[in-house]
Amino acid sequence: MAPNPMNRTLTDILIMVKRNLLRYRRMPQLIVFSFIQPVMFVLLFAYVFGGAIHTDTKYINYLIPGIIVQTVIFGAMMTGVGLADDLSKGMIDRFRSLPMARSAVLAGRTISETIRNFFVIIVMTLVGYAIGFRIEHGFFKYFLAILLTLLFGFAFSWVSATIGLAVKNVEIAQTAGFIWVFPLVFASSIFVPTNTLSGPVKWFAEHNPISYTTNTVRALSLGTPVGDNVWYSLIWAAALLIVFVPLAVYRYRKIS
Amino acid sequence: MSHQVTQYIKEARHHGLTNEQIMKALTDAGWQAHEILEFVLEPPRPAGASADAIISVRGISKQYDKTKALDNISLEVKRGAVTALLGPNGAGKTTLVRILATLLLPTSGEATVNGLNVVTQPQKLRSAIGLAGQYAAVDEVLSGRENLDMVGQLYHLNPATAKARAAELLKQFDLEDAADRPVKTYSGGMRRRLDLAASLVNHPKILFLDEPTTGLDPRSRFTLWNVIRELVEEGTTVLLTTQYMEEADQLANHIFVIDHGHIIAQGTANELKKQVGGDVLELHMTNHDDVSQAAELIKEFGDGEPQANSSNGIVIMPTSQGPSILVEVVRRLDSAQLKLSDIILRRPSLDDVFMKLTGHGTQSNE
Ligand SMILES: Nc1ncnc2c1ncn2[C@@H]1O[C@H](COP(=O)(O)OP(=O)(O)O)[C@@H](O)[C@H]1O
Ligand SMILES: [Mg+2]
Repeated sequence: MAPNPMNRTLTDILIMVKRNLLRYRRMPQLIVFSFIQPVMFVLLFAYVFGGAIHTDTKYINYLIPGIIVQTVIFGAMMTGVGLADDLSKGMIDRFRSLPMARSAVLAGRTISETIRNFFVIIVMTLVGYAIGFRIEHGFFKYFLAILLTLLFGFAFSWVSATIGLAVKNVEIAQTAGFIWVFPLVFASSIFVPTNTLSGPVKWFAEHNPISYTTNTVRALSLGTPVGDNVWYSLIWAAALLIVFVPLAVYRYRKIS
Repeated sequence: MSHQVTQYIKEARHHGLTNEQIMKALTDAGWQAHEILEFVLEPPRPAGASADAIISVRGISKQYDKTKALDNISLEVKRGAVTALLGPNGAGKTTLVRILATLLLPTSGEATVNGLNVVTQPQKLRSAIGLAGQYAAVDEVLSGRENLDMVGQLYHLNPATAKARAAELLKQFDLEDAADRPVKTYSGGMRRRLDLAASLVNHPKILFLDEPTTGLDPRSRFTLWNVIRELVEEGTTVLLTTQYMEEADQLANHIFVIDHGHIIAQGTANELKKQVGGDVLELHMTNHDDVSQAAELIKEFGDGEPQANSSNGIVIMPTSQGPSILVEVVRRLDSAQLKLSDIILRRPSLDDVFMKLTGHGTQSNE
């Protein structure tokens, strides 16, 4: 009748993950739309701006790892939107009135967004392959790159969860959740090598956690040395989790 | 399973065994102590609470940033009956229900539900309650069946039991035809029924219903009333909030009238009506603008100030002078050339009680 609390928490998280993924399956348009923007970016940068950007390698091989990080970050930002939606529709009230694990709603959300992100990475890789992207250093390293990207996205989805629970409104969550991500994404090494930038923007781009992650993912894909990037990226992911998991859980408990 | 235990306890009590002895026998038989306590034995009762009170609220206050939503509220809810919190919009009904359903912490005061403290034992308490909030809390993308199934699993029913319970509830609430359609295709009444079904998945001892019929058409409202009556017959305790006098009058064994975070009156519907005393004279003016003039003319026959409502053309006044005044009232209005479409002398309704107690009507009755 009463399994141990750890099992119970896991079961509850699983139920929530199942629910969220079922929602995505019922609304495939959400998934399709989440691909349109990154595919546009790929085409835009590969065929329009790409010619003007000088990289050590074929630009498409430079671009795709960056696009993947970008897509995963934006995807992670859907966490807060989903939670705000659940809040405004009373679903969170329903869940909070049940004897389920307190952490399951948030963990279920962030894990389902991570699973969705995994599929997004696969699709973006295939899109890249169709227009000339190649993994140059074996699939195992690329797999490690995917894992790092997912971990980084998972950390960002807890930031997004905190925002979603704070603003409680889908439209505001959409704006507030994305607005601070844009400068992080564009002043980074996602589209251009940071040494082509100058002044404070260059400094910012070089110390941007998204750049560290992108550099690592790119190096693993191209087979160049990852250097310290991977450590900085992991430290950032850990730091974000240490700060935002408790903050999001605190917010969740304090919902009134 | 728990049935055997209940039976055993009944017999053991009959033979004069103490709770401690019963506990020992059951634990020896392999039952977990918390299972026995949670599901079978009577919950412990807080000091000062009466035997048949299943909810006990003592001095609860809730302060939001600026608003004091509840101001030192105390009340008791009787086991196995319907209790209504009756009050206008903003009275604090939702706040109180959310505190009792463990969704919100009180600023001060204490409350127990089924013997469990809402602040210190929320998780245990949640297994015993069901909540249908003011807005239907169901996942629009999932089907009705999937919604109920999910809730059942979150109550930790095993998957087969959860499925069976979902099917049972879909049948009970006349949702079988729509069971596998996404909820976004449901009507308002169907959503409410599904929401109520979701709150009943775990056979709650206590059911909280926050404005269960607001926004429903009369037919759906009537259906829901009957569902609530059936639940109470089966032994569920219901605490519902409402803005509708009629609803409290129809359903509730006991009514707490709440306004601005205070309980301003309580009792059965009849007891509350007696507080107004006498009768109520009701004038329906053909020309809605005549109300204040009419009120002025009939004032001297009343026990209190007449209430004139120009938006519906109705004047209401408590009186204890009986039918003899009707002739004189009609004569006066006639000589002032004020046209009546109807004149009624009736027993006071809960509306009148509310009007008298608060000096203002409820939202639903303007
Ligand atoms: N989350 C909140 N933050 C601030 N004020 C609130 C909040 N919820 C309710 N209130 C205020 O508390 C009072 C009581 O509200 P509520 O309990 O919803 O009343 P009712 O359910 O009777 O309409 C109202 O004045 C309302 O504006
Ligand atoms: Mg309310």
